[in-house]
Amino acid sequence: MRPAVLRTLTAAAVTATALSAGAALAADKVKVGFVSTLSGPSAALGVDIRDAFMLAVKLNGGKLGGLPAEVIIGDDQFKPDVGKQLFEKNIKRDRVDFMTGVVFSNIMLAAVPEAFDSKTFYISPNAAPSPLAGKECNPYFFAVSWPNDAYHEAAGQNATNKGFKKVYLIAPNYQAGKDSLAGFKRYFKGQVAGEVYTKLGQLDYSAELAEVRAAKPDAVYTFLPGGMGINFIKQFVGAGLSKDMSLLQPGFGADQDIIRPVGDAMLGTFDTAHWALDLPNAANKKFVAEFEKEYKRLPSVYASQGYDAAQLIDSAVREVKGKIEDKDAVRRALKAAKFQSVRGDFKFNTNQYPIQNYYLRVVGKDAQGRLVNKTLGEPIFRNHGDAYVQDCGMK
Amino acid sequence: MSGLLLLEQSLNGLQFGLMLFLLAAGLTLVFGIMDMINLAHGSLYMVGAFLAAWFVQLTGSFVAGVLLAIPAAAVFGMVLETTLLRSLYARDHLSQVLATFALILIINEGVRMVWGSDLPLSAPAALSGPVELLPGLYYPAYRLLIIGVGLALALLLYLLVTQTRMGALVRAGASNREMAMAMGVDIRRLFTAVFGIGAALCAVAGAMLGPLLAVQVGMGEGILILAFVVIVIGGIGSIRGALVGSLLVGFVDTAGRTVLPHLFREFLPPQFASAAGPAVASIAVYLLMAVVLFVRPQGLFPARG
Repeated sequence: MRPAVLRTLTAAAVTATALSAGAALAADKVKVGFVSTLSGPSAALGVDIRDAFMLAVKLNGGKLGGLPAEVIIGDDQFKPDVGKQLFEKNIKRDRVDFMTGVVFSNIMLAAVPEAFDSKTFYISPNAAPSPLAGKECNPYFFAVSWPNDAYHEAAGQNATNKGFKKVYLIAPNYQAGKDSLAGFKRYFKGQVAGEVYTKLGQLDYSAELAEVRAAKPDAVYTFLPGGMGINFIKQFVGAGLSKDMSLLQPGFGADQDIIRPVGDAMLGTFDTAHWALDLPNAANKKFVAEFEKEYKRLPSVYASQGYDAAQLIDSAVREVKGKIEDKDAVRRALKAAKFQSVRGDFKFNTNQYPIQNYYLRVVGKDAQGRLVNKTLGEPIFRNHGDAYVQDCGMK
Repeated sequence: MSGLLLLEQSLNGLQFGLMLFLLAAGLTLVFGIMDMINLAHGSLYMVGAFLAAWFVQLTGSFVAGVLLAIPAAAVFGMVLETTLLRSLYARDHLSQVLATFALILIINEGVRMVWGSDLPLSAPAALSGPVELLPGLYYPAYRLLIIGVGLALALLLYLLVTQTRMGALVRAGASNREMAMAMGVDIRRLFTAVFGIGAALCAVAGAMLGPLLAVQVGMGEGILILAFVVIVIGGIGSIRGALVGSLLVGFVDTAGRTVLPHLFREFLPPQFASAAGPAVASIAVYLLMAVVLFVRPQGLFPARG
C-alpha cells in the first residue's frame, strides 16, 4: 500500500516522470473480440451492432479509453458452436481484453463460459438472459442493453393500459423466447388467448397464423427478432389478419431492420423500448446524426446498444488509466458506467444489469416521409430493473 | 377446432407438401435411376432461388425473373452433372456422400462470393394480400399461386413420366438400370436430362418459396433433409411415391405444429404441454418416417417391385 501512495505522491509532484511510469504500467492497446451474427436472415442485427460499435471507435479517433483499439470481428453464423469456437479463439489466441457482440441469447450462453473461465469481461450489447441476472450472475458479465424480460414487461403493461382483453403470444422455443413471454405475462392483466413456441429460425408461419385467426384475439404479441419477425409480419399482413387485430411488438420487433423490408404495413405499430431515434439527449442526437452520415441509414435499437457497448469499454479503460490488467479496478469502472449513454441516464444494478426507463413507441413517418419510431407520452416504466436480481449473490 | 381452421391448415399442408415435391421429385429420380446420393441437391434449390432473385432485380419483373431462372438452373445442373457428378456414378455411396457434401460447401461459398450471403426477393405486390375463398376463410393470394404452380407441375411431371418416350426410359432406368442399358438406352444422355429437369424443379421451388422464406446461403440444407425423408417414405425412384410422401410430410408437419399442441393441452398439465408440444412437433415428420420404415421398409410406392 505504502509504495503505491508514495508513487502517487511523486507522480503528482513530477508530472513528466509520472506520465512515463504510468505508461509503463498501462497496456499499449485495447483488444476487443467482437462475435456476432453477420450472415443469414438475422444478419442485420449483428451488422447494426458492429457498425455502431466501430462508429464509436472511429469517432474516438480509433481509440478506446485513450488507447489504440484493435477490434477482432467474427461471424457466429447464427450457430452456438461457431460462436463458442470464436470466443475460444479470441480469448486463447488473440488474448483479447474484452469480448462483446453476440445478438442471440442461446449463442451467448453457449460461448460466454469461455470468457468467464479466463476472467475476460463480456460486455453484452444485446442478449441479457434471466439466468445470468439471477442465480448464475457473474462479475465478468455486463449487460449494456436491457434484461431479456424488460421490453416484454413494458409491452405487457402497455397492453394492460390499452385495455386489451385477449392477447395471443408467439415466441421461438429458446431461452430468450421463454423469458419474453414470461415478462409479458408478468404485467399483462387480461386473458392469454394462446401461447405458442415455434422453432428458432422458423421462417414460415402459415400454420401459426391460421391458429391465430381461429382464436380471434384483440391483439397478437410476438417476440420474433430479425428475419423471423420480417417474415411473420409480412405473412400476418398477407393473411389479412392486420384488419382484425392489433399487432404488438417489442422495440426490436418494429425497428429499422424490420421496417425497411416490411414497409408501410408497419405504420401505426406500437412497440416498447429503452431507446428511440428521437430521445432528446445530446449523446443520442450526435449518435443518430453520425450513424446516418456514416452508413446512409437510420440506426436501430441494436445499433444504439453496440454504440453504448463501445462507450462503456471506453469509459472503463479511461477510468483505470489504461491499466486493464487490474481486473477489479476495471470491474469497478465498468460498473460506474461514467459515460453519456444514448438512452439517457441509466445505472447498473448489483447483478450488472441496467436500471433504466422504458418508452412506448409508435411507427410513423418523419419529416422526410421515412418510416420511423417515435416515442409517445411518458415512459411506461421509470428506473426499472429486473425480477431476478434478488437471486444474485453479488453485491 | 373448427372446419374453417382445418381447411386453412390443410391448404398450408398442401402448399408446403407441393414445394417439397418439386425437390423430392428430382432427388428421387437421381437416386432411383442413377443410384447416386446427391447431397448437393439442396444447393441446386439455393442456386435456383439466387438466380431468380437476381433476374427479378435485373428485369424488374417477378414472372420474367422466375422464368429466366428455371432454364439457367437447369443448365447449371447439367453442367455439374457432365463435369463432376458423372465420375461418381461408379463409386460407392460413401464416396458420393463425401464428394457431394464437399460440393455443398463449395457452392455455398461460391454463391457467397457472387451474390453475397443473401438477396432480397418479394412476392409481386398484386399477390401480397389475402383472398376470400369461402365466407370467413381468407387465404394469402401468393400461397394460392404456389399451390397452383405445384399442382400444375405435378400434373406435367406425371404426364411426362407416363405418356412420353423419355418417361418410359426414365421408368425403365428406375426399375432396372442394367436391363435398360442392355436394351440400348443411351443412359448418359438420359442422366444429364434427368439432372437438368431435377435442377429446374429445384429452381421453381426456390423461386416460389424465396419470397415466403428468405433467399440466403445455406437455405438448401434444412429442406434437403426433409426431401430425403420424403423419398424414403415414398419409395426410392418413384414419382408417385415422391408426391404422396411430400403431401404426407407437408400435412404431418403442419398438423404437428397445430393439432398436437391442442391435444397435449387437453390431456396434459399446461407446463408439460407447453414444453412437449414444440418438441414433438419438430420430430413428428421423423416419427412418420420411422413408422413407414417399420411397416414398409421399401417405402410406400417403390419403383423396384
